[in-house]
Amino acid sequence: MFKEFAKGLSITFKHLLPGHSTTVQYPTVKLKPSDRFRGLHRLVPSQDREKCVACYLCPTVCPAKCITVESAENEKGEKYPKVYTIDMLRCIFCGYCVEACPVEAIEMTGAYELANYEREDFQFTKERLLK
Amino acid sequence: MTPEMLSLSNSPGLFVGIMLVKILVVFGVTMLIVAYATWCERKVIGHMQTRLGPMRTGWHGLLQPIADGIKLFFKEDLIPSESTKVPFLLAPMMILVPALITVAVIPFGPDISVGGFLIPQQITDLNIGVLYILAFAGLGIYGIVLAGWASNSKYSLLGGVRASAQMISYELAAGVSIIAIFMLSETLSLREIVFLQQQDLWGVCSFVPNWYVFTQPLAFCLFIITGLAEINRTPFDMPEAESELVSGFCTEYSSMKYALFFMAEYANMIVIAAIAATLFLGGWSAPLNIGIFTMIPGFVWLLLKIFSMMFFFMWLRATFPRVRYDQLMRLGWKVLLPLALANVVITGLVVVIF
Repeated sequence: MFKEFAKGLSITFKHLLPGHSTTVQYPTVKLKPSDRFRGLHRLVPSQDREKCVACYLCPTVCPAKCITVESAENEKGEKYPKVYTIDMLRCIFCGYCVEACPVEAIEMTGAYELANYEREDFQFTKERLLK
Repeated sequence: MTPEMLSLSNSPGLFVGIMLVKILVVFGVTMLIVAYATWCERKVIGHMQTRLGPMRTGWHGLLQPIADGIKLFFKEDLIPSESTKVPFLLAPMMILVPALITVAVIPFGPDISVGGFLIPQQITDLNIGVLYILAFAGLGIYGIVLAGWASNSKYSLLGGVRASAQMISYELAAGVSIIAIFMLSETLSLREIVFLQQQDLWGVCSFVPNWYVFTQPLAFCLFIITGLAEINRTPFDMPEAESELVSGFCTEYSSMKYALFFMAEYANMIVIAAIAATLFLGGWSAPLNIGIFTMIPGFVWLLLKIFSMMFFFMWLRATFPRVRYDQLMRLGWKVLLPLALANVVITGLVVVIF
C-alpha cells in the first residue's frame, strides 16, 4: 500500500519539474489544425468566376439548413449562384456540403476563430466565402 | 541586571504597544500567506497535472489572488429565502475566527531584549497552549455544521453532517497522537516544547536537535493524517466533495461569505502546518546546531517548515483521490485511533523504564 502511495507521489512530483506542461498558451501560440479540419467554408474560384454551378445539392443535404442558394444564368448561358449565403450561427460543421458537391466548388478551411459581435457578421455571403 | 520578561505589570504601555504590533504582524503575515497559498496551490497542482495554472494576470498569474478577491468582493451577495438568516451570516465568521486565533500561541523566534525587557516572539505563551489549539480546532467545526444547517439545502446539510462525523472520529486520534509529545516534554506550553527540542538529540548527538519527529515518527504521521482530515483537505474533503455534494456546506454561499470559507480553509492549513512544525519539527529552531544555521532568524525557519508542510498538503491533493465515506470512518476508528493509543502506551512504558 505504501509503495503505491510513494509511486503516485513520485509521478506527480515528476510532472512538477519544468518541461512537463502540455498547455498551449492559446492566443499567443496557436496550434495548426490538421488538413482534414472542418472549419469555415470556402467557395473555390475558377478563372473568372466561382466553380459553383448552383445545383442545390448542398442546401438539400445540409442537416442544419444553413445554406441559401439562388441560381441564375450568365451571358454564356451557364448556371451560377446569384446568392450563396451560409449562416454560421446554424452551421454544425458536418462537411456534408463538401461531400455532396459534384464539382468540388466548396471546401472547408482551418479557420476556427469565428466569434463576432453582430448577428449580421455570421452571414457569410458569396463574396466573403470566395476570399 | 538580568532582563525581565515584559508583562502588563512592569511596563503596561510598552506591553500593549508591542502586543498590538505582534498581533498586526502575525495577522498580516497569515493573511498574506492565505492569499498566496491559493496562487501556489493552483500553480503546483496545475504543473503536477501537466497544466500551467494561472498565467494571464501579472507575471505567471502573480496577481491572481488580488483579482479573485476583487471579483468575489463585487459579486452579488445572495441569501437563500428559505435559509435561517442569523446562523447563515454567523457561520463564515465562526469558521474563520478560530482558525486565525489559533496562530496566537505559535512561537516564531527566541526572546529578544528591548530596553531591559525580554520580549517573547509569540503573541501569548499559554501554559496550556496545546489544549487551546485543540479546543479551537474543535470550535471550527461549528461554523461548518451551522453553515450546513442554516442553508436549508440537502447538499449543505449532508456536508455539515459529514464534517461533524469526520471531526469526531479524527479529532480523537489527533489528540491522542499529541499526548505522546506531552509525555516526553512534560509541558503543554508551546514555547517550552520548542526550547526542549533545541537540545541535543537523545542527549548524545550534539549537532542534530532533539526534534520530536525523531522520537515520535508514528505520532507525527498520525498527526499529519488526522490534521488533513480535520481541515477537510483532500483526500479527506468529504464535507465539500464537489463530485457528490456540489460544494458541500458552502453550496449556498456567494460573494465575500464564500471568500471567508475559502480563506478559512487555507488559514486552517497554515495552522495545522504551524502546529505540526512546532510540536514535531522544532518550531523556529534551526535544523542543525551549526553556527550559520543558528544565525538565521527563527521566523525564517518556522516559515520554511510551514511552507514545506503546505507544499506536501498540495502535493497530496494533486495525487490522491478522495476516500469513500465508510473507508474514512473505518480508517479513523479502526486504524488511526488504535495506532495512536498503542503509541501512547509504548511511549509511557519507555518513559517509565528509562
